[in-house]
Amino acid sequence: MTRMTGAQMLLDSLQREGVDTIFGYPGGVVLPLYDTLPEFPGLHHILVRHEQAAAHMADGYARASGRMGVCLGTSGPGATNLVTGICTSWMDSTPVLAITGNVARTLLGKDGFQEADITGITQPITKHNYLVMNSREIPLTVREAKHIATTGRPGPVLIDIPKDVFQEQDRFEWPEQVSLRGYKPTLEGHAGMIRRAAELINQAKRPIIISGHGIIWGDAQKELVELAEKANIPVITTFLGISGFPELHPLSYGFLGMHGMYYANMAADEADLVVAIGMRFDDRAMGRFNAFNPGVKIVHIDIDPAEIGKNFPTAVPIVGDAKHVLPKLTEHVHEREHKEWIRWIDHVREEHPSLEIRESRRMLPQYVVRTLYEETSGNATIVTGVGQHQMWAGQHYFYNRPRQLISSGGLGTMGFELPAAIGAQVALPGQEVWAICGDAGFQMTLQEMAVLVDQRLPVKIAIFNNGYLGMVRQWQQLFYDKNFVSVAVTQPDFVKLAEAYGIKALRAETKSDVQSVIQEARDFPGPVLIDFQIDQEENVWPMVPAGAALSETIEAPAEEVAR
Amino acid sequence: MTGLGPSNGSRPRSRRQHIVVAIVEDKPGVLMRVASLFRRRGFNIESLTVGHSEAPGLSRMTIVVDGESAPVEQVEKQLYKLIDVVKVSDLSQEDLIARELAMIKVRCNNLNRHELLEIANVFRADVIDIASNSLILQVVGYEDKINGLIKMCEPYGVREMSRTGRMAMARGTKTTTVHEAEPPKIAQIHASQGRRVEGELPFSSD
Ligand SMILES: Cc1ncc(C[n+]2csc(CCOP(=O)(O)OP(=O)(O)O)c2C)c(N)n1
Ligand SMILES: [Mg+2]
Repeated sequence: MTRMTGAQMLLDSLQREGVDTIFGYPGGVVLPLYDTLPEFPGLHHILVRHEQAAAHMADGYARASGRMGVCLGTSGPGATNLVTGICTSWMDSTPVLAITGNVARTLLGKDGFQEADITGITQPITKHNYLVMNSREIPLTVREAKHIATTGRPGPVLIDIPKDVFQEQDRFEWPEQVSLRGYKPTLEGHAGMIRRAAELINQAKRPIIISGHGIIWGDAQKELVELAEKANIPVITTFLGISGFPELHPLSYGFLGMHGMYYANMAADEADLVVAIGMRFDDRAMGRFNAFNPGVKIVHIDIDPAEIGKNFPTAVPIVGDAKHVLPKLTEHVHEREHKEWIRWIDHVREEHPSLEIRESRRMLPQYVVRTLYEETSGNATIVTGVGQHQMWAGQHYFYNRPRQLISSGGLGTMGFELPAAIGAQVALPGQEVWAICGDAGFQMTLQEMAVLVDQRLPVKIAIFNNGYLGMVRQWQQLFYDKNFVSVAVTQPDFVKLAEAYGIKALRAETKSDVQSVIQEARDFPGPVLIDFQIDQEENVWPMVPAGAALSETIEAPAEEVAR
Repeated sequence: MTGLGPSNGSRPRSRRQHIVVAIVEDKPGVLMRVASLFRRRGFNIESLTVGHSEAPGLSRMTIVVDGESAPVEQVEKQLYKLIDVVKVSDLSQEDLIARELAMIKVRCNNLNRHELLEIANVFRADVIDIASNSLILQVVGYEDKINGLIKMCEPYGVREMSRTGRMAMARGTKTTTVHEAEPPKIAQIHASQGRRVEGELPFSSD
C-alpha cells in the first residue's frame, strides 16, 4: 500500500475516475492541493477568473461530452461563488463534481477566516455532498461522488475537504466497488407497466410524445426515433429536450412551452394521450397546470420516481432509464398511421407557422440565428445565455445531434453562456462552438474571455446586442403597461473590450453584414467576438403569458409584424 | 402495560396525518438533510423522533407529517432521493401501535398533591419526582391519553412539559427493517439447524 497525502489521494482518485480537466481557482486552504498538481500532468487545470464561471465551465463540459465536469474553489468566498453554478447544474440535472477546500479541522465551526458552511449551503442544491474528515476516506468519497453524479438522474455532488486533510498522510486504498445501500437507481422499468403503456398507446387516437432532457442524458435518441416511427407518433420536446429528437425528422413538431411553437402547444393540448419521457412537467413547459388539456391521459417514463405524479396525475407510471424502457415499449406498440391527427397538426402549423421569419430591412435576431444555422450547416454546438436570444436560438436553429444545444433552462442563469461555451469547447476540441450571448448576460461573466486566450480556445461569441434586458423589457411592455424601469443597459464597446483581451472582434451594424461577419469569424482559427447590433425592440413570439394555459398561446400581434 | 388497553394504539388516526418511518444511515448531517427536505418542499412536520435501530449504523426516524401540506407519496419519494435514506415505509394505512412519552412538571402543594396523584393513577402515569411544590409525571401512551392528562393538570399549573413525539410500529409480523444479506457462513449454520434462510424469514420487511 502506498502512503500519500490527502491532496495526492484526491488527484490520483480523480485521475482513476477518468477526469482530465479541472476548472478552478486557488486560495489559502487549497494551496496544498495546488502544490501537488504538477505531480499529475494528466490533469489539466484551467485557471478561471471567477469561481461561478468554473462551475458553469464544468457544467458546459458535462453537457457537451456526457462526462462529469469538475470544478474547484477555495473555502469561504471561493466556495460560495460556486453556488450559482452548482444550482444551475442541479436544476438541469447535469453531472458536476464541485470540490472545495475548507479551514483546518480544528478551526471548523469557529468562524475563522474564510470559513463557510458550504455543505450546509449546498445541501438543497446538490444530489449529495460530503465533508471529508480523514484523508483515507478520500478515494471512496471520490468514487461514490462520481457514481452518484453520473448515474440515475445525474446531478451535482460537492466534496468539501479541510486544509489539513489535504496534508494528512495515510495509506491509499482504492475501493474495488461502490455500494450505497440508500442509492440504487431503477433502470429497467416495470414489465407490466410497459405493457399497459403500450395498450394506451395502441388505443390512442391522438397520441403525442413529449421528450425531455432525459433522452439526451439517457443517450436514447435512436430508441426514441424507433418508437415514434413505429407508431407514427408526433414528437415535441421540452426546451431542454431540444436535440433529443432530430428536429429535421418529419415527426418533429418543435418544442412546447412559454415560447414554444404554436402548433406544438396546440398539439399537446389537443392530444388524448401524452407519452412523457425524461421530462418533469415544468410550469414553463406546461402552462397553468389545472388548465392543461383536461381529458388527457399521461404515460410518464422517468428515471426519478419523485417526478412521477409530482405535478400531474399519471395514468401509467414507468420508473426507468429511457434507453432500457423504450425498446421494450416499442416492441409492444402496434404500427399505426395516425393520419388524421398528423394532418390536423400539420394544418395548425400551416396556419400558424411560428418559425417563419418575416421580410424586414432591420437586423432581426431570428434572421441572425437562421443565417448562423445555414452558414454552419446546422452542425455547430450552440450555447446560450438567458433571455430573448435564448429563445430565438432555441427556435431558429435546428438541432439534430444530441447535446447540440446547451442552455440553462431550469435556473435560467444569465452569465452562463460564455463559461459554458468554454467548457463545451474544452470537451469538443476541433469542433465548432458558438456562444449566443445577451448583451447583458455577457457582462455578468465576460472576464472569462481571458480563459479563451490562455487556453487558445476558438469559441465564437455572438452578442445579441439589443441594448436591453430584452426579456424583461418584453414583460414590462406586455404586462406592466410599458412602464420601462431599469431595462436599458449601457454597454462598453464590445469590440474594443474583446480587443483589450487580445481577441479578434467584429461588428455587424446592418442586416447585410450578418452573413459576411459569420463567414469571417468561421474562417478565423481563434476566438472571435461579434457584436450583432440587432433590432432593439423585437419580441419573442409565440408566448404563453405567465399563468395562462397552453391553449391560450398568443402569436405576434399585427402591429409588431408590421414593424 | 401502560396505556388504556390493547386497542388504544390503533384507534382511527386523524385523516390529515401520515406516519412515515425512515431507516437512515447513522451519519452526521442526516437529520439536517431530512429537515431541510421537508422545509424546502413545504411539508409540515408534526413530530419527528430519531434514535438507534436494531441494525448497527442505521437509525430509525418516525415522522408524522401534516397530510394537507404533503401528498404522502411525494414525501416518501423525496425521502428516498436522499442518498443516506435507506428505506422508507408509510405506516398510515397500517394497523399499528403508536406511542409517545411525555414528562409534565405540575405545580402542587400539600393540599392538592393527593388529587394530582389520583389523576396520575387514573392515567397510569408515573410520578418520577416530587418536591415541596411541584411534581413530575411521566406518561406513555397514545396522543389522546397524553392530551387528556395535560388537560387535567392544567388547573393546577403546568410549569414545564416535554414530549417525544410519536413512535410507531405495525402490529404483527410486518416490519420497517432493512435486511442485509446474511453472510454465507451464518446462513449455513441456520440451514444446518433447519432454520429458514434469509428472504423466507417470518418477519417480512414489506
Ligand atoms: C442572474 C440573473 N439575473 C436576472 C435574471 C432575470 N432576467 C431574465 S432574462 C433577463 C434579461 C437578459 O438580458 P440579455 O442578456 O441582454 O438578453 P436578452 O433578453 O436581451 O436577449 C433578465 C434580467 C436572470 N435570468 N438571471
Ligand atoms: Mg439584451
